[in-house]
Amino acid sequence: MIRVILPPHLRVLAQIDGEVELEIKGQATQRSVIDALETSYPMLSGTIRDHTTKKRRAFLRFYACQEDLSNESPDTLLPKPVQTGEEPFLVIAAVAGG
Amino acid sequence: MSGVRVLVGTRKGAFILTSDEKRERWDVEGPQFGGWEIYHMKGTPADSNRIYASQSSGFFGQIIQRSDDGGETWHQPGLKPGEPTKSELGLPLAESNKFVYDTSPTTGKPLTTHQWYDGTQHPWEFKRVWHLEPSLTDPDTVYAGVEDAALFRTIDGGKTWLELPGLRGHPSGSQWAPGAGGMCLHTILLDPTNPKRIYSAISAAGAFRSDDAGASWKPINRGLLSKYIPKPDAEVGHCVHKIAMHPSRPNVLFMQKHWDVMRSNDAGESWQEVSGNLPTDFGFPIAVHAHDPETIYVIPIKSDAEHYPPDGKLRVYRSRKGGNEWEALTKGLPQRDCYVDILRDAMAVDTLDPCGLYFGTTGGQVYRSIDDGDSWNPIVRDLPPVVSVEAQTLL
Repeated sequence: MIRVILPPHLRVLAQIDGEVELEIKGQATQRSVIDALETSYPMLSGTIRDHTTKKRRAFLRFYACQEDLSNESPDTLLPKPVQTGEEPFLVIAAVAGG
Repeated sequence: MSGVRVLVGTRKGAFILTSDEKRERWDVEGPQFGGWEIYHMKGTPADSNRIYASQSSGFFGQIIQRSDDGGETWHQPGLKPGEPTKSELGLPLAESNKFVYDTSPTTGKPLTTHQWYDGTQHPWEFKRVWHLEPSLTDPDTVYAGVEDAALFRTIDGGKTWLELPGLRGHPSGSQWAPGAGGMCLHTILLDPTNPKRIYSAISAAGAFRSDDAGASWKPINRGLLSKYIPKPDAEVGHCVHKIAMHPSRPNVLFMQKHWDVMRSNDAGESWQEVSGNLPTDFGFPIAVHAHDPETIYVIPIKSDAEHYPPDGKLRVYRSRKGGNEWEALTKGLPQRDCYVDILRDAMAVDTLDPCGLYFGTTGGQVYRSIDDGDSWNPIVRDLPPVVSVEAQTLL
């Protein structure tokens, strides 16, 4: 089970409070986690990564275990504590705009 | 009892202003979608309780919202949480926020680039929906004008959107270039007497017309002169800001171009300048009186470098002769120290008698007039910057 924490605007869109818990088939990577998230919450499709290119949106970041994973390959395995549910996978809206 | 619902899109959410037919007392509801940019909201003529909204964000992209109860509640017209997004055959079931250009060789056009600021070719990149234009007869059919410029349509109430690729695929498409605000399709006009005729306008490509329900398009820019482009009377490349028509006379069009106010009497085949005695003919919105198709309104802005009213005076200009002869309307509007802008989709009329006029400013005011523009009053003064205003007449 993977725990995901979303930024407030996306929690409103998905009509959820708190964390999301996802069951991942196969290996837990950024791609598989977001695939599972979009399957469970189709209204989030396109909000975290572009519909077509599947690239992360520029002002969103992926954090876990106090590491910035944003620029890692989407197919890199997530850290062990995320895979076991000990630590959450965080989608962060960047602090930007001055 | 009749009344009016004014739909206001702002930089930080949506607001709905409602009043009875007197339009003296207003209820202000909002913000809906707080923190998000609402480029446009529009109610469907076929069902006044059905409203569509374009919600977008530089962080999270494009969202389409729909209300079926006059704006009290909203939902994304896709699937409920947990429902599969694909059929057993792998086809997408509902993707309400997905706007993907059609480049297939069978249904689309394999056009993948347009002109960029530096003259090079640049890939088409979807950014947001600027304008939503519901069908005049079917509440489930809506047209969407997007940036980078293209026209999309839904026929299932917003669940799925498909491009009408004939517009972007016009042979001039590779010459289109963005204006300062981006390369946006901001105007969609549906001819109430001819369901196959659609007008659209793009900054900074120009105006286009389809006579086959959007399958193919022709530029309609003859008579436009834009001194800021290499060939001022070019077929495309004009920065059209807004076009308006009166439903009783759909062959007569009024245009606020970047500079110049223009008029066409032949469905856009040719245009004549009607700026006349305006203090400046730069501006964004243009509107037609609901009951007099020769009475039109513009809000002059000083220049393209100074997006505020001339002399710090907010003045609506009215022509009762379809252009050329204009009078300033100032009563109730600030006549000193006013430096707001009025964006292209931020002016609207209702169809009550007398008709109501409305416009919103980047300073957060929404003004209304119920005497043809002779006098104005603010409905609200301190909203976030107003991007769009639409008026729904409730009968």
